[in-house]
Order: sequence, then structure tokens, then C-alpha cells
Amino acid sequence: MATQLEPEARDSADVFREEVRQFIADNFPEELRGKGLSMAGVEGGAKETPSQKSWREAMGGRGWGTPTWPKEYGGGGLNRKQAAILNEELARAGAYNPIGGMGIMMFGPTLLEYGSEAQKQEHIPPICRGEIRWCQGYSEPNAGSDLANLQTMAEDKGDHYLVNGQKTWTSGGQWADKCFAIVRTDRSDKHKGISFLLIDMDSPGVEVRPITMISGTSPFCETFFTDVKVPKDNLVGEEGQGWTIGKRLLQHERTNLSGAAPGGRGGASLADIAKKYGRVNTDGTLADPVLRDRIADFEIRWTSFLHTARRAVEESKAAGGVSEISSALKKLGTKLGQERAEMTIEIMGLQGLGWEGDSFSPVELAGVRAWLYGKATTIYGGSTEIQNNVIAKRVLGMLDHQ
Amino acid sequence: MAVLNEEQEMLRDMAREWATNESPVTEFRKVRASGEPEAFDRAAYTAMAEMGWAGIIIPEEHGGSDFGFLSAGLVVEELGKTLTASPLIATTLAASAIMLGGSDEQKAKWLPKLASGEAIATLAVDEGPHHDPSEIENSVSGGKLTGTKGFVAEAHGADLFVVAAKDGLYLVEKGDGVTLTTRRLTDQRSHADIAFDGAAAEKLENGGDSLLDDVLDRARVLTAAEMLGMAQIVFDTTLDYLKQRVQFNQVLSSFQALQHRMADLFADLAQMRSAVEAGLQAVDSGVGASRAAIVAKAEANRVLHTMSNEGIQLHGGIGMTDEYDIGLYLKRARVLEPAWGATGYLKNRFATLGGY
Repeated sequence: MATQLEPEARDSADVFREEVRQFIADNFPEELRGKGLSMAGVEGGAKETPSQKSWREAMGGRGWGTPTWPKEYGGGGLNRKQAAILNEELARAGAYNPIGGMGIMMFGPTLLEYGSEAQKQEHIPPICRGEIRWCQGYSEPNAGSDLANLQTMAEDKGDHYLVNGQKTWTSGGQWADKCFAIVRTDRSDKHKGISFLLIDMDSPGVEVRPITMISGTSPFCETFFTDVKVPKDNLVGEEGQGWTIGKRLLQHERTNLSGAAPGGRGGASLADIAKKYGRVNTDGTLADPVLRDRIADFEIRWTSFLHTARRAVEESKAAGGVSEISSALKKLGTKLGQERAEMTIEIMGLQGLGWEGDSFSPVELAGVRAWLYGKATTIYGGSTEIQNNVIAKRVLGMLDHQ
Repeated sequence: MAVLNEEQEMLRDMAREWATNESPVTEFRKVRASGEPEAFDRAAYTAMAEMGWAGIIIPEEHGGSDFGFLSAGLVVEELGKTLTASPLIATTLAASAIMLGGSDEQKAKWLPKLASGEAIATLAVDEGPHHDPSEIENSVSGGKLTGTKGFVAEAHGADLFVVAAKDGLYLVEKGDGVTLTTRRLTDQRSHADIAFDGAAAEKLENGGDSLLDDVLDRARVLTAAEMLGMAQIVFDTTLDYLKQRVQFNQVLSSFQALQHRMADLFADLAQMRSAVEAGLQAVDSGVGASRAAIVAKAEANRVLHTMSNEGIQLHGGIGMTDEYDIGLYLKRARVLEPAWGATGYLKNRFATLGGY
């Protein structure tokens, strides 16, 4: 049942593959082989090396960091088949896509859908080149799961808005150049009083304070806005359309977050970790039969989650819209990621709970931080409870609770 | 739902329409009431065969349509939704064994009859209440099979048995040396212990050492497809019920405690469907079929187990009545759970295949 390519199409696919190979050979710095794009690198917590910079500029210049985005705004303009070829060839060469971050995952797709022509021309190309870092101004101290309760006010001052209020959990806020925010332009209507605004982080009156998390890191910030002037051109869509646009962006976020839980992707398998830290029978099987059973149990469910994530993509493509199972991906993926992180530290014993010092390997230390940080995954981007509400009401049509 | 081609969509729609109109659960209730150990409606099976369903995996040269297991799974899923009692899965699996292991002569003799519905066949592998293909005692000497098989599904209607013996798979026709003892299980479908006492047996010589494992992969994914249809209908029925039943002057579906339980079941069902479809596709492509089949059956076991229990609980007292269908799904679910591997067996095999 595999789709058979027509001869001409196969030829052009081969030509494109050759082009990609040549591009990688010409531009991919050897010392980056096998490395990935770190979140710290994307958000700005780690300094970019010269070779990382040259690879980012090469890929960004070609638009191949955002392969399927329109060429007119700096994207690659590739069709899905070509994008798949690009991915295959990058993987084959041990290369990675150096363009990432919230601009790619959330903001870009949303702006392409709702932004004005001028806004797209201004903001999309720098995202494609990986030059501008975006952060998300959504949550507030009293607007978490009840996001529409947000109180940050954007007052109409004729040619500009005057923004006052506080955002929190601003990922990478301390390194971001710009912020896409949902703000209140009307106090009389909870949902229709919300607008979608783009704010320069270096505007006077913007203050950012990193928050130290239980993992010891500060990936999130509190962001304070005091009499910040924002030009009216920075309003996306209409005034009052912010809730609609903001929710659309969350769909992109949730799809991307489903596999983001620590331990969810890559790294050693649980079985390999168990072999390293526990006893192994002479035939290579794990000596602890209960642990062996639990690992298999986890891996079976993880495998079916990966099938589900793939199916959601295939169905969405085929239907030209978001598949209804997409709504379950975030809740499933984050829970499984947490489960894997818990099992990982359990398998290592106290060696897997090191906080600092040379007696722990970097992998062990990172595992502890990842386990702790992973607790955030079922809270942010719409908590699991909010996902359950969304599934029950929007997908299953169950009446609102009273 | 996997992305289907036009043929597959037609096949699924046809199966859905037939199951809904011609074989609703009331038809199974008639079969049950008849008390016949065969436990299926011959006329209904003939109709199914005439629509080509008995030959879905069988090559065209032997009278089938060669659509493969994903297509067979689509039909089986629809029949599972209405608890249609038939030897379709059993016959399909027996046919797959002949396709993989049979000689040209054996294929030519049996496959056309199985495809047309003229003959019914089933697999006889396990010898007791647990699935364990490593513990097979049946043996063949001089073309004569001796031993017993336990809880063989669809045994009463079968003209042909594909029997696992110590040294491979054999074809045994019903008749001399084959004695059935009915084992009436909670699902009230056809199950029997079989005593083979020097029954004439013809070996499936091809297919190599992995023949039995390959057939069991197919058994797991197709059984999982039946379970998928059942899980889907239990979910749908329960959701409908919650939207109708009023207590405390509110429909039950307005209670958040129930909404979140349904959201969990929705996510579980999504996982189960993905695993089952991936299993069927892996059998068709031949890539990673053993692991995919384990994942499919293990996820089917896990999710249908929860779904059938939650279905009863969320229906409340009415779910406990025989008049209501939901209990029929619970009973069938538990019979299918150990078939071709209870979860413990499957996890052990998954770990073994994974090298740990």
C-alpha cells in the first residue's frame, strides 16, 4: 500500500535529495556531528559557538529551518515530501535543525494564520533565520488554568497602547527579544476583552525577574510591565480577538509539548539503564523480574503513544485539520515522560538522586534535574486537568460542569 | 483511524452497514438463546463469505482478494462492535497458516474453500487455560496426531484444524480420531477441548522455524482488532448514556468527575487504536511484526479491560442487567484477554525480544 511515486516525481525527489546532500556537505561543520539543538541554545542561556552560528546562518538563509513555511517570508517553501527528505538527510549526516524556539513552535504558525501582511513581512523572516527570540506572555499570578482571567491591561492611547500588569512563567524571558502576549483591552467581557499584542522586551518599563525552580534552574521569569508603550501596529488580528488567536497558538504548543517531557525522547533505554545499575543474569536478562516486567509494561505503552503521535499527524494531514486525538497527546505524552523519569531515578537508587559533586556523572546529575523539571510538564501549556476539560467538552460534547 | 485507501474505506463502510443492519447484538442474543454449541448463524457466515470477507487475506489465485490484514482488521473491528458471532477470525488465521506454511497442493486444496465459506477452519495451539506455545505436548508419528488441545475457539463449526504439535503445524480434518468436548465459557461462544487420537495429520512443511510465531502474530493483531471494535462501542454507549441519564436534576455528563474519567478512557482508546492499526500494518509490511503484534494485543488487553469495567460502573445498576448489552461486552472481553497471550505473557515476550 506504500504510495508509488510516478517516475518523474521519483526523479525530482532524487534531484532534491542530491541537492540536500551537497548543501549539508558544504555547510555542516564536522564538530557539530551528532549534537543536537539544546533548549538553552535556542532560548539564549548558552552562548552560540562560531560553528553553531555558521550552521544556523546556512540553514536559516536557505529557509530550511522552517522547511514548509512559505518562501516569501523566508521559509523553505518545501512540500511535505521534500521536507521529509531534508529530515532524512539531516539525520543521516548526524546534523540537526538549528532553528528552534517558541517562534517556530508556536508564534510563527499563528502569525502566518492571523497576522497582517506587514506583520508577517516584519516578524517571520527573522524567525526563519533564528535571529529573534520570542517569549510567551500568557500566564499571570491569578490567571493560570483560568487563563482568561488575565488582568494585564492595554489601554488605548490613540496611537499606542499603554500596558500595565504582570506576567509569569515567561519561558526564557530573560533572554527574549520580543514577547507575544495576551492582554486585556476591555474589562467588561472576560473572553472578548482579550487582545493579542507583540511587545518589545527592551521597551522602557519592562522588567524581568528569573524564578528559581525546584530543579535549581531558572527557565521561567516573572515579567512586569509598567507604563509600557506599544505601537498599535503590534496588535495581531482585531481588538478582542486575542482569546481566539491565543487558543489557536496553544494548539500548536500542546502538540509540540506532548513529547517534550524529560526522558520522553532520546537517551538510553530503561532496560540499558537497568543493566548498568542493577544485576543481570548470565543470559543477559534483568535479574529483577518485577523491574523487567515494569519496564516492558512501560515500553509497550510508550510504543503505542509514539504510534498515536504519528497517527495524529497522518490524520491531520489527510483531513486538512487538527485530528481529534491531538487533544489527548499532551496528557498522554507528559504523563509517560514523568513515569520514565521516575523509573530512571528509581533504577539508579540514591546514585540517581545526586544534586552536585564529582561522585555523580553528568548524566546522573542531569537526570535528577530533568525529573524535577518534568513535574512542570503536566502543569504548563494547559494542565492535565484542563486537557481533560477540553476533551470532555470540545471532543466528547459533554455538558459544561455547573 | 489509519488513513485508508478507497478500497479499504468501502470495505469498512460495507462491514459497518452490514453489522449494524443485519447483525446487531440482538442476532448474537438469538445465537446465545439457541444453546447450540456451534454458536454462530450459518446463514450469516455464508453472507459474510459472499461479501468476500473470508478471503480478504487470501491471494486472488486462490479465490481471495489479497487485501491484507489491515483490511481484515477493519471488518473484524466492525463485527466486534456488534458482538457478531462467527468463525471469520478463526478461519482467516487458519488460512494465514496455510499461506505461510502450506505446499502448493495444500493451498490449492484449502484456500479456495476457506475463501468461499464452503469450509471453516480454526487454530488449535494451546493445551490448557493459558496461552503458552512453549509447552506443546501434541505429537505426530507416522502421520497420526495424538494429544489434547484446550479451549479451542470456533471448534464446533470447523471442518479443518491447524494444530500445533511439537515439531510444527499440521492440518487435521474433522472426523475419525477427533473428539470435541464443549467448554461453555462466560461469553457463550464456541469453545471446545479436542482429543486427537491418531487423527490423520498433514504437516505444513514451509514457513521455517518461525511459522508458529508468525501465525501467532497474526492471531494477536486480528483478535486485538475485534477487541478494538468492542472497546469503541463500550465507550460510545457509555458516553451516550451519560448524556441522557439525569440525577440531581442534571445529566450525568455535566459532572466533572465523570468528564475526566471519560477523557482518560478517550485517551486510552486512542492509544489502543494506534497500537492495533500499527500491528495490522506491521503484519502487512512484514517489518517489526512480532513486536508490533505484542504491543497491539497488550494494549488491547489493557484498554478493553479498563473500558469494560468502567462501562459497567458508569452505567450503574442498569449495566448489571442481562437485558442491557454492556455486560455481554465485559464477558467477551475477558475471554479474549488471555487469547494468544495474557498481558503477563506478552510483557515477558516483549522483554525477551528487546534483549532484557
